[in-house]
Amino acid sequence: MPGALFLSQSDKRPIYFQIMEQIKQRIAIGDWVEGQPIPSIRQLAVDLEVSVITVKRAYYELEREGVIVTQHGKGSRVASKPGLGAQLREQELQQHLEQAARIAAQMGIPPKQLQHRLREAGDRVAEADKEKELT
Amino acid sequence: MKEYATDAAIEMHGVSKHYRYFTLDNISLKLPRGQIMGLIGANGAGKSTTIRILMGLVHHDSGHVQVLGHNMPAQQVAAKWNIGFVSEDMRLYDSMTLGWHIDFIRSIYPNWDAAYAQQLLKRFGLRSEQKMKGLSHGQRVKAALLLVLARKPELLVLDEPTTGLDPVARHEVLRELTNVMADEGRSILFSSHNTQDVEQISDQITFIDRGRIIDSMDKERYLDRWRRLRLEVPRGVDLPALPGIIGIRRDGSLAVATSNAFEPELASAYESTGVHVRRVENMTLEEIFIANVEHSRDEVEA
Repeated sequence: MPGALFLSQSDKRPIYFQIMEQIKQRIAIGDWVEGQPIPSIRQLAVDLEVSVITVKRAYYELEREGVIVTQHGKGSRVASKPGLGAQLREQELQQHLEQAARIAAQMGIPPKQLQHRLREAGDRVAEADKEKELT
Repeated sequence: MKEYATDAAIEMHGVSKHYRYFTLDNISLKLPRGQIMGLIGANGAGKSTTIRILMGLVHHDSGHVQVLGHNMPAQQVAAKWNIGFVSEDMRLYDSMTLGWHIDFIRSIYPNWDAAYAQQLLKRFGLRSEQKMKGLSHGQRVKAALLLVLARKPELLVLDEPTTGLDPVARHEVLRELTNVMADEGRSILFSSHNTQDVEQISDQITFIDRGRIIDSMDKERYLDRWRRLRLEVPRGVDLPALPGIIGIRRDGSLAVATSNAFEPELASAYESTGVHVRRVENMTLEEIFIANVEHSRDEVEA
């Protein structure tokens, strides 16, 4: 699995977090399937040119979230949970919705109006997709 | 797995060294085997003196130093077989070629890996027929590094290996250092004032300022303790002094607080006094470095 992940220096989030997110993304889009072996901690550290302790932290947190399992001496694999990819996509949507709700609350926008804005955003996305198809 | 005499590659306890205008004061640190430690500090903070003591080049006045299980400086001859040391003032012969140096080192160290040396020549873009005299700074650093890496020492001690390198050479050096870590029996200690290098590849971080260690611990735990909180202080509300906050900057109703002992409870503590926490941000090692040095100097002077 060479070059599976890419870290960004201009991404302000901690490196361990970027690693977690990219592994989840790989699983969400189906590149990495349930039960599939993933690189060892040391191997991924060498590939990404980051410290072992950083990858260890990312794997530890992913294990706590039930995304991967690590067996001593056998390495790590994607958790064997049916529908894990869909579940991770669902989680991502949930986070974005909550973030939108939080900002709306800070701006004093009532829930009804937020619903309306979301429908409008959906229309704009559909419109943009249609234009892309035509060109 | 190979058995080692000790689980620590480097151990220093209460090490002091007095000079007329500088004192290295009560230095203690430990580098576990299989890990990389970045030694950070401003120029003149004591990084090089610490490294010279580790290598037995400078004798400390008090304290204990063990490197790969050997007491330093007494057992430095035995220790040095397994240490690769690179510093600015490394003795290379200007009129001789890199190939001559390679043959020379190879004749002394039985562990020399000729195939690996060839790979390094290629990856570093060096040629063995080049004379030392004609090398650029970056090529010199890479040549020196090649000469120690191909010996496959258990411990690498590198004094400012990336200082003065262009981005490509710097990347080449960092890549070889992380490659070394594929072998879990090997360890690296390197000093730098480039916090980005240290943040990227270190497992352990040690901060030195004015001859003292400010902090020494595992990087993830260290970065995790520091946060910047962006606060909104409504009119009529006083900004409380909370434990774990080491600095506050305020402008009108906005304030930025820096914490070196962050817990999620800190944010709720602010909220309970009527102060809104707009954002909690991670800090880069560079930002931490500056905040930490300023804070510790304030404490020393207070």
